Amino acid sequence: MILDNKIPAGPLEDKWTNYKAKVPLVSPSNKRNLEVIIIGTGLAGASAAASLAEMGYKVKTFCFQDSPRRAHSIAAQGGINAAKNYQNDGDSTYRLFYDTIKGGDYRAREANVYRLAEVSASIIDQCVAQGVPFAREYGGTLDNRSFGGVQVSRTFYARGQTGQQLLLGAYSALSRQISKGNVQMFNRHEMLDIVKIDGKARGVIVRNLVTGEYQRHFGHAVVLATGGYGNVYYLSTNAMGSNVTASWKAHKKGAMFANPSYTQIHPTCIPVSGEYQSKLTLMSESLRNDGRIWVPLKKGDKRRPIDIPEEERDYYLERRYPAFGNLVPRDVASRAAKERCDAGYGVGSTGLAVFLDFEDSIKRLGKEVVASRYGNLFEMYQKITGEDPYKMPMRIFPAVHYTMGGLWVDYDLMTTVPGLYAIGECNFSDHGANRLGASALMQGLADGYFVLPYTIGKYLSDDIRTPAISTEDEQFEKAEKEAKNRVNKLLNNNGNRSVESFHRELGKVVWDHCGMSRNKNDLEKAIETIKDLKAEFWTNVSVPGEENVINPELAKAGRVADFIELGELMMRDALARDESCGGHFREEHQTDEGEALRDDTNFAFTSAWEFSGEKTPSKLNKETLEFENVQLTQRSYK
Amino acid sequence: MENLNLKLKIWRQSSPNDKGAFVSYDVSGLNTHMSFLEMLDVLNEKLVVTGDDPVAFDHDCREGICGMCSMVINGKPHGPQKGTTTCQLHMRHFKDGDTVTIEPWRAKPFPVLKDLIVDRSSFDRIIQSGGYISVNTGSAPDGNSLPISKEIAEDAFDAAACIGCGACVAACKNASASLFVSAKVSQLSLLPQGQPEREERVKNMVSKMDEEGFGHCTNTGACEAECPKEISLEYIRKLNWEYHRSNIKG
Ligand SMILES: Cc1cc2nc3c(=O)[nH]c(=O)nc-3n(C[C@H](O)[C@H](O)[C@H](O)COP(=O)(O)OP(=O)(O)OC[C@H]3O[C@@H](n4cnc5c(N)ncnc54)[C@H](O)[C@@H]3O)c2cc1C
Ligand code: SF4
Ligand code: FES
Repeated sequence: MILDNKIPAGPLEDKWTNYKAKVPLVSPSNKRNLEVIIIGTGLAGASAAASLAEMGYKVKTFCFQDSPRRAHSIAAQGGINAAKNYQNDGDSTYRLFYDTIKGGDYRAREANVYRLAEVSASIIDQCVAQGVPFAREYGGTLDNRSFGGVQVSRTFYARGQTGQQLLLGAYSALSRQISKGNVQMFNRHEMLDIVKIDGKARGVIVRNLVTGEYQRHFGHAVVLATGGYGNVYYLSTNAMGSNVTASWKAHKKGAMFANPSYTQIHPTCIPVSGEYQSKLTLMSESLRNDGRIWVPLKKGDKRRPIDIPEEERDYYLERRYPAFGNLVPRDVASRAAKERCDAGYGVGSTGLAVFLDFEDSIKRLGKEVVASRYGNLFEMYQKITGEDPYKMPMRIFPAVHYTMGGLWVDYDLMTTVPGLYAIGECNFSDHGANRLGASALMQGLADGYFVLPYTIGKYLSDDIRTPAISTEDEQFEKAEKEAKNRVNKLLNNNGNRSVESFHRELGKVVWDHCGMSRNKNDLEKAIETIKDLKAEFWTNVSVPGEENVINPELAKAGRVADFIELGELMMRDALARDESCGGHFREEHQTDEGEALRDDTNFAFTSAWEFSGEKTPSKLNKETLEFENVQLTQRSYK
Repeated sequence: MENLNLKLKIWRQSSPNDKGAFVSYDVSGLNTHMSFLEMLDVLNEKLVVTGDDPVAFDHDCREGICGMCSMVINGKPHGPQKGTTTCQLHMRHFKDGDTVTIEPWRAKPFPVLKDLIVDRSSFDRIIQSGGYISVNTGSAPDGNSLPISKEIAEDAFDAAACIGCGACVAACKNASASLFVSAKVSQLSLLPQGQPEREERVKNMVSKMDEEGFGHCTNTGACEAECPKEISLEYIRKLNWEYHRSNIKG
């Protein structure tokens, strides 16, 4: 299959402007007859739903939580980037573009990233107008902080709850459209399949999670905004319900899955404390602005950190990367922590932790200033660990946090299935092999508020003569039947292992072999392990309860089944990419200093995997990445 | 510490129409570093393996921010720790041998769906009645064109920190949603962007709250005491003030 990324011609800076000027429009009277289905109401989905409804389209939205306000986006802490240059520190659209391309280790598409940087400033304006209470300076202007991997201050924030405030902004815009009758919202509904008619996405099958009822919904176009799949690792900083099901079902219906193995392992999370652990908690990257990371110089030093004198500490990030210090990008910081712990310098009961220390900042700024910047994070740390970070350095360790991989989309954000779009974290678009901090919120809102509303018009303008298709159509019938059969199979399996136990086992395999470092041998073995796990799942899983009442085990079973299949594809992807780049570190490819070694001659492409049936391994397609505006260099933060 | 043993008394109700009853369970060998929900995970995994129906409860972020978790623990919404959601409550706050009672939010406008899960869609409908600023995508002026003093921004933030969990309603003997409504009304009426719809908003939201069957506020302060985000009663005073102001302004 030939991948057409539909990048408009012309100079980088003019592409989006020209695109918008020329894109066909849909008249208001036609918009009223065009129905759009949006799955997911996080930042990407809620902002898209509100914007499309404001424009006059008929919108239906779905989420699995009890309210759109609870999407995983709510948990984002640190902030959102925008090239406003309010700090007059030399920021610009080009610099944000360049930082993102470089931060992604030259594995993202130039045109998409430039557009992202270009619309970033409007996002802040939009959110301020909605009443998002961003942090302010005493003079009343918006405040900024800096984030890892860059040397300007372009991150806007609302204490440590930026995602919450941005999502509540989008939720309020969505609520306004619901009250006007322009959006029909379905809470506690889960999408189980995409319906394709004549090759185009024309609807979905969903299940009401309260009553178990199956429903068919028609749409002229379908938009997935279903978030990331970090929970394939079992332990991650994602919300418990985050899953890959919608993307995976789309993949099986013909949407290609891009770079599935590109995962972001976030350097500053609270370490695992025991077997019972259900999820991991992120400590915002903003902490690295004022916290210093270190381990003892002596192996296995069991003294309390405050008893270890300065000269017996190794501030390894400052030592290895003097230019960026504690603010190196996430992939670099995570690998450096792993390196120290593997070498035996890790701290804490498991030896899998490093210190994040605020002593110097408290001395320099005073406790009050530190509290005003990070108070809620310190509190959260104390609640979870029972230790006071004002007195004792935090213990942190890397954890799975974000998935750069996702459904392949073209410049229009359309997948390889016509009429099926993917926005937000569930697409692969802008972050290459490593995402910079505060850029996911930016991308989700850029996609939803400012990109999709234009690009979807291009497709729908061709569709104004298509009347609503009846959900009695045989394709709806067939998809619903398949979804039902699968649920029945899960419920009547009579196995004797819990869904949870399969998920935990899968997570361990994926973490061990497709985590912070990867190698050929392990990956090959892991593919076989996961195949066996899949077979065992379908013979031995036990799902209690009934179909027509709330049944969280049943919902989880469906998700874990999809995670298992995704796990295998991740291994294949990591195996095929015989180079290191960003978060993808192949042990076979590193510099003498242990940094990731890219191979631009052979691997400057996006891997787009095509589903080829249950029995045949997926097929790899390549989208070549053309760099016309930046020069590929070895990424250096020294 | 390892090996915490507890007796749990959990509300089980198979569907909205079922009468429901407490059922007792023993859990043993718990670790005090566990969160309360991880403790329930342990129980549920045991129930699954023996083919029993696990306890249904709402949860998602497990970081105290999504507002999904919602249980009354020993008579208190979100349990004994001040300013803490159920998911952020850790087992180190319990003693070996304790009996712990776990119930859903109990309030007429939040009907029980199953076990500990209730229907809070009435909160969404209150927001839909006016908890927003009417601004279409693309029509916003530059973010810095409207200076807002740090003090006002911080005050608005304090109100905006509400996670919509409903503990305030569960704590209130009248099942009033005043704290929740006041938080949104205060956030938006403090900010200059919220001024054009200020009067309409408070009227619509208060009337929606009544229509959904929430009770009246009699100033017991139970809501503030149990709110995991420590939303201040001051905002209820502000809500009342805004409401009267809107009646005068018409
Ligand atoms: C702890 C944490 C902190 C973070 N901090 C930051 C930060 O400071 N800055 C930053 O830029 N990024 C941050 N991120 C990343 C960022 O939050 C996410 O990438 C982003 O919010 C994803 O938004 P989304 O709209 O794509 O998806 P989500 O917010 O995950 O929303 C997914 C939606 O899809 C729905 N859904 C999923 N599957 C189905 C289905 N099958 N059927 C129906 N509905 C479905 C869900 O109900 C939900 O509504 C953070 C992430 C984490 C985990
Ligand atoms: S006011 Fe407090 S208790 Fe009430 S919904 Fe908001 S956060 Fe929950
Ligand atoms: S699970 Fe999100 S607040 Fe408790």
